[in-house]
Amino acid sequence: MTGVAIEAHGLGKTYGRRGGGHRALHDCSFRLPAGRVCALVGPNGAGKSTLLNLAAGLDRPGAGSLAVLGSTEPAAVRDRIAYVAQDKPLYPQLTVADTLWAGAELNPGRWDRATADRIAGTLPRTARVRTLSGGQRTRLALALALGKRPELMLLDEPMADLDPLARHELMGALMAETAEHGTTIVMSSHILTELEGACDYLLFVDGGRVRLGGEAEDIVDAHALLTGQARDLAPHTVVESRTTGRQLTALVRKEGPVDTAAWAVTQPSLEELLLAHLRSPDAPPLLTPSASAGVRAEGVSA
Amino acid sequence: MATESAAVEFRIDRRSGVATYLQIVQQTKQALRLGVLEPGDRLPTAREVVEATAINPNTVLKAYRELEREGLVEARRGLGTFVRRTLGGAPDATAADAPLRTELADWARRARAAGLEKDDVGALFTAVLDSTYSTNGTDPVGRSHKGDQKR
Repeated sequence: MTGVAIEAHGLGKTYGRRGGGHRALHDCSFRLPAGRVCALVGPNGAGKSTLLNLAAGLDRPGAGSLAVLGSTEPAAVRDRIAYVAQDKPLYPQLTVADTLWAGAELNPGRWDRATADRIAGTLPRTARVRTLSGGQRTRLALALALGKRPELMLLDEPMADLDPLARHELMGALMAETAEHGTTIVMSSHILTELEGACDYLLFVDGGRVRLGGEAEDIVDAHALLTGQARDLAPHTVVESRTTGRQLTALVRKEGPVDTAAWAVTQPSLEELLLAHLRSPDAPPLLTPSASAGVRAEGVSA
Repeated sequence: MATESAAVEFRIDRRSGVATYLQIVQQTKQALRLGVLEPGDRLPTAREVVEATAINPNTVLKAYRELEREGLVEARRGLGTFVRRTLGGAPDATAADAPLRTELADWARRARAAGLEKDDVGALFTAVLDSTYSTNGTDPVGRSHKGDQKR
């Protein structure tokens, strides 16, 4: 569990014409230690899917470098990665049984039939994939991903199509997998509450770069919600502040001890923290030491 | 995995505002106080807990480390985590027919008859409990709760 699953340096990706293209990722640097369950969160269009695509080796970065499971060529370690893309690509004309059989054939030496069968659960084995509902397709895609017994799972919006019961069951299966095998899991979502509790690591991507990265607990601990009479907030870094009459409410990044005589201090929830950062695009990024990529890391504090 | 099934299971309430690992610590202690867990019993493995609750395995391990630090459980390599001792000075004090419990039940009936709501009784009980136990400060259980209420 001491290795590094993903490390990015100055990663950039632009879609479309040079100059007039859309910058999906720009100067994006971070590190994800192995064995973590990481929530990849951010608004729509933040660059989450682009990042997962690059990590899965399905696309090449336009700038910077990316190492996955120790390889600077993610495509070369694809047999150790499972990637479930947002649209759950499966062969529509195959049956469920055919799909599971193909999973076994395409992953010789690693395939875990028992796990794949357990996750596929009650899916009718003779049904063709094109007749399955969105949630059933997600279940089948996750059965393939878990059956592969990967070291790194990249899951793009894995819970979006699932009903609450299936969501709980499949999230439990993913957690069991990482408990037993130390699998690194990256799950994207724009709904944080979907992932809270399951994830111990956070990458918050916004505008093509990582704005918050590290152990979810440490990131929350680095901040405080202050309420009190309007006054100077120095030395703390203000993420967001609001004045109502004489009262000031501020979400700050703590720089040293907080004066508890002057302020009522509470700990923000992770969700409050993300919302405050979304409303304040100029707040400086925060990467904890474990999330800082090598020598080029900037904005580090903890 | 372990051959014998675990003696308890945990319920996680995500809206309670209590850190998840602390809920596991508290439920284990509660089970120890009530005699649901006895020395030698095996706690569920991290895998079993996370499969049932969909929480992160590190959260379970953190809770078990805390219980181990307090000397309540011990991890045996490859076998699981086992209860070392019970909680509560008098193990029989919480049994259904124990004198203290009977007295408290009598008292609760009198409080109800006097027109007190459940919340009133709870507040009163907590206030008396706090003043009684703050005078000698020998509650090792309460210590770890401070500052950990939210994650």
